[in-house]
Amino acid sequence: MTTITLTHFLFISAILFSLGVYAVITRRNAIMVLMGIELILNSANINFLAFSRYSGLNIEGQMAAIFVIILAAAEAAIALAIVLNIYKRFNTVNVDEISLLKD
Amino acid sequence: MNLYEIVFYFFAIVTVGSAAVVVFSRNIIYSAFSLLFTFFGVAGLYVLLNADFLAVTQLLIYVGGILVLLLFGVMLTSNTISVELKTGTLHILPATILVALLVGLLTATFWTADWFMSKRASDIAAQTTSKEIGDALVTTHLLPFEIASIILLVAIVGAAMMARRENPKSQIPI
Repeated sequence: MTTITLTHFLFISAILFSLGVYAVITRRNAIMVLMGIELILNSANINFLAFSRYSGLNIEGQMAAIFVIILAAAEAAIALAIVLNIYKRFNTVNVDEISLLKD
Repeated sequence: MNLYEIVFYFFAIVTVGSAAVVVFSRNIIYSAFSLLFTFFGVAGLYVLLNADFLAVTQLLIYVGGILVLLLFGVMLTSNTISVELKTGTLHILPATILVALLVGLLTATFWTADWFMSKRASDIAAQTTSKEIGDALVTTHLLPFEIASIILLVAIVGAAMMARRENPKSQIPI
């Protein structure tokens, strides 16, 4: 018998989510914004697995988490390609200096 | 305090502490490397949640794939002449207020909500989930599985198209 409950896992995911949001808002470097997005996706996955575990061990939450991981991989590859293109064009990856849609 | 709790608090501290280093560090290389420990900690939490297959997948894809991609991004987009890997910050005060409100709201919700808890959830022995996940992927979740494969293919082709060096002959004048 253990005292670790669903709420413990939810608290950790809430803290991770908030840290990710903070990184997305405050960092200037686009790579750091990507790291914040990865933190947010990880916190969502912890929630999926925690609910899956504590609501009677059905597999649905784990399936959702698998698809989140798949989409995170695809998103990271595409985002890195876009960031490399931005660096080639503007010679910077600071998100507040990239304010042109067309030049 | 039994073994489960000790392991839980260890992974919780590793996850939250290294995530804080990721967010608050000024050096982007430190951030990238402490993201490694965050992913390890989250994988440990997955094991505690009876998700062994997900934990291994997390290690393979996040640590082996996404983290390496992020490090490549850091290396390729920093000016190597002026070795400045610092990352600036903006909107500190509004972000702090917003995030404090957010974490307060989330924890209050999680604390007060009357979650449905299965009666047998507390005394379930650990069991492997690979077989059930494999069964679900080819029966009930077959369509999302195939769509995910197509999404991955499109992402690979698109990323390669966008990131490759342009042919100098066909270069469009900027």
